[in-house]
Amino acid sequence: MDLAFDAEEQAFRDEVRAFLRDKLPDDIRRRVHLGDGSTIDTDIPRWQKILNAHGWGAPAWPVEFGGTGWSKTQQFIFDTECALADAPPQLAFGVKMVAPVLMRFGSPAQQQHFLPRILAADDWWCQGYSEPGSGSDLASLKTRAELDGDHYVVNGQKVWNTLGQFADWIFCLVRTDSSGKPQRGISFLLIDMKTPGISVRPTRLLDGTHEVNEIWFDNVRVPVGNRVGDENAGWTYAKYLLGHERTNIAGIGANQRELRRLKQMARTLERNERPLIEDAVFATRIAQVELELKALEITTLRVIFAEAQNHAPGPEASILKIRGTEIMQRITELQVEALGARGLIAESPGHDPGEEIPRATETYLNQRKLTIFGGSNEIQRNIIAQMILQL
Amino acid sequence: MDFSFNDEQQMLLDTTQRFLASEYGFDQRRKLLESDEGWSRGVWKQLGELGLLAIDIPEADGGIAAGPVGVMLVAQAVGHGLLLEPFLSSAIVATRAIVQIASDAQCARWLPALASGERIAVLAHDEAGAGIDFTRLGTRATRDAQGFSLSGSKSVVYHAPMADLYLVSARVDDGSLGLFAVAADAAGITRHALRTVDGQRAADLDFDKVRLDADARLGADVGDALASVIDCAIAALCAETFGVLDRILKATIEYSRARKQFGTPIGSFQALQHRMADMLIQFEQARSMMYLATERCSDADAGARRASISGAKALIGQAARFIGQQAVQLHGGMGMTDELDVSHCFKRLLAFELRMGTTDEHLEIYRRGLQAE
Ligand SMILES: Cc1cc2nc3c(=O)[nH]c(=O)nc-3n(C[C@H](O)[C@H](O)[C@H](O)COP(=O)(O)OP(=O)(O)OC[C@H]3O[C@@H](n4cnc5c(N)ncnc54)[C@H](O)[C@@H]3O)c2cc1C
Ligand SMILES: Cc1cc2nc3c(=O)[nH]c(=O)nc-3n(C[C@H](O)[C@H](O)[C@H](O)COP(=O)(O)OP(=O)(O)OC[C@H]3O[C@@H](n4cnc5c(N)ncnc54)[C@H](O)[C@@H]3O)c2cc1C
Repeated sequence: MDLAFDAEEQAFRDEVRAFLRDKLPDDIRRRVHLGDGSTIDTDIPRWQKILNAHGWGAPAWPVEFGGTGWSKTQQFIFDTECALADAPPQLAFGVKMVAPVLMRFGSPAQQQHFLPRILAADDWWCQGYSEPGSGSDLASLKTRAELDGDHYVVNGQKVWNTLGQFADWIFCLVRTDSSGKPQRGISFLLIDMKTPGISVRPTRLLDGTHEVNEIWFDNVRVPVGNRVGDENAGWTYAKYLLGHERTNIAGIGANQRELRRLKQMARTLERNERPLIEDAVFATRIAQVELELKALEITTLRVIFAEAQNHAPGPEASILKIRGTEIMQRITELQVEALGARGLIAESPGHDPGEEIPRATETYLNQRKLTIFGGSNEIQRNIIAQMILQL
Repeated sequence: MDFSFNDEQQMLLDTTQRFLASEYGFDQRRKLLESDEGWSRGVWKQLGELGLLAIDIPEADGGIAAGPVGVMLVAQAVGHGLLLEPFLSSAIVATRAIVQIASDAQCARWLPALASGERIAVLAHDEAGAGIDFTRLGTRATRDAQGFSLSGSKSVVYHAPMADLYLVSARVDDGSLGLFAVAADAAGITRHALRTVDGQRAADLDFDKVRLDADARLGADVGDALASVIDCAIAALCAETFGVLDRILKATIEYSRARKQFGTPIGSFQALQHRMADMLIQFEQARSMMYLATERCSDADAGARRASISGAKALIGQAARFIGQQAVQLHGGMGMTDELDVSHCFKRLLAFELRMGTTDEHLEIYRRGLQAE
């Protein structure tokens, strides 16, 4: 047993750090640090192109598709260092979601067309799963796709679509058969967002941001060649997608970055004429969450180690998802508490109220999503009860 | 990064588990619990024969030097078995104190008898009202012509009733911190025997001008060494507790599968499923902290070592509280009885929280480290 990274892993970490120091543009780094998403539509592709030029565009892909061939540990180190350096997250919908499905189930033509474009950030992808009546119970989805010659005709509505306002493509789960078990009648379609009949409407979130959309499909014609794999087998592909790329599901790097920021805030902000960190109650709250994060980091490494020993990634990922999101929410809560009444400021026209304002409060509001999406934490507990505890 | 155990470590674990599975069932243990002595010298001797009392002794002194990881694995099995014998007190804590602090001659005098199980030693350090640091130590050693005179009181010293030798910490009149080997039958010692909440035997010890020869002192000013011994003791206690958590969690899951109400196993109720999912999460987080504590035992940086090990004890203490309480709750009325594993584990978990510095005390130590960063 040895919890420390070995010499090779440490050398790799140094290499990633040096790369981030040299290649991550300062303006992007600064915006990520400030939580300024105003140019996210150009920042993310710019960063993806820089990564790709270095051969690091897709850390988890196999080498034959342009990936790095890195071990799970290396991927963990890369993700963690990127987050700590305030690099923007890669757009998961392309690199981490649709790509693994294409590599496993896509046709050679789909692979050859889409994968290089994902690597090079030529296409912006979004995910069309959830519907008004189908959230946690996704298999009940109703958006219809009916065959008409060599096209599907798609009708229906998707909701909570993240960053679809910038998207070139959407991967969708659609109903192609309503006769049997709901899971058996779902297909996986790739749809060009420029196709006539698609309309995108913003859904404003509680923090005031335009992060998600409703997408309406009105007789949208999709070539059959844009179906992935077999008709009515889409549920299998969706489940495969869920089981993928989970080394970072706990968000250790992002948690560490926000914890670092919290400690920094506690050292500079004052309460009763003393730095907040000297307040025993507040410092104990930080200590508590820091310990929980330390434990989660080790738990994550244990899961990665087990995967490297050829244990298929299993339901332990649910433990990482639950704890990682709860810890992030706790940290953001403490950041707002650290501001005290200054945390009330939502807007302050013509006057800069200080770096963490209103970022901290907005982040707190926004991060409530973490325990809802990606399989809500209640659904994750159901998975633990059924798959691990076998109740 | 490596989370595997080598063959020797695995063998130690297997040996301990196999022995306890055959010799230390619920009813066998129950008899010991209710006996006058509260433990079994026979079991103790067998542990010695299996080599398990020598795991923390260097090879040069005839031990098997299993290292912190070996200690962790054996302690885990010992906790799972809810062992009443003084494994942690004598074979780990007192043995480690001797190995780390005593002279070669003192080691040669004591270690073989401790390894075989012929003799038992315990560290007498805790005092009522004092924290786990040494600043408030009330026990005093005064130098005189022959050696020292020792006076003071030690509180709830686990396994003192069965010990032959006490290793007593005391402030020496020159201001240094001393550790003294005191025979249990020395004149001037009063022993108030206690039964602890987890059914173990302990004693409050009063020392009234106990006469000691000069060579009863181990080492010189032992503050740093003793801090390291105590940190390793806490790490081992964390591992022992993880074994208890393993037992109580599995028992609860099993019970929820077997117990039917409303015509169905209670484990099918989502309210209980989510509770058990949370118990599992805390259990896995506790395992990670046990690994951290174990690894930090050999950290040369005393401040970092103490902070991590205190952090581990705090988090494992919280897990012990949550998992223990929920286990009793999920057993319904049966959780309240003395008849099942669950209540015995529950009390051992309570003892963990109170021993060697409480959960909050350790959280505070961690917090102070954070403030000083
Ligand atoms: C900011 C944000 C971004 C998103 N981005 C996308 C996206 O890009 N693409 C996409 O397709 N979707 C996206 N989603 C949707 C997300 O996947 C769903 O919100 C999620 O699946 C939950 O569905 P729901 O909102 O309909 O809640 P519901 O399923 O209605 O759940 C409501 C509550 O009931 C609980 N619950 C439901 N079922 C159970 C059960 N069996 N046992 C116990 N409790 C249960 C839930 O945990 C939750 O607390 C996003 C959501 C958010 C908030
Ligand atoms: C100290 C003590 C004194 C008592 N005195 C008396 C007395 O004088 N007279 C008398 O008649 N009885 C007495 N009782 C019995 C008491 O009423 C029962 O213990 C209680 O009804 C629970 O039943 P149970 O113990 O069989 O637990 P179970 O019903 O088996 O419950 C086990 C666990 O499952 C949970 N559970 C059960 N059903 C559900 C569900 N549908 N959804 C979610 N969770 C569920 C319970 O909350 C509990 O956590 C006493 C019990 C105790 C501990």
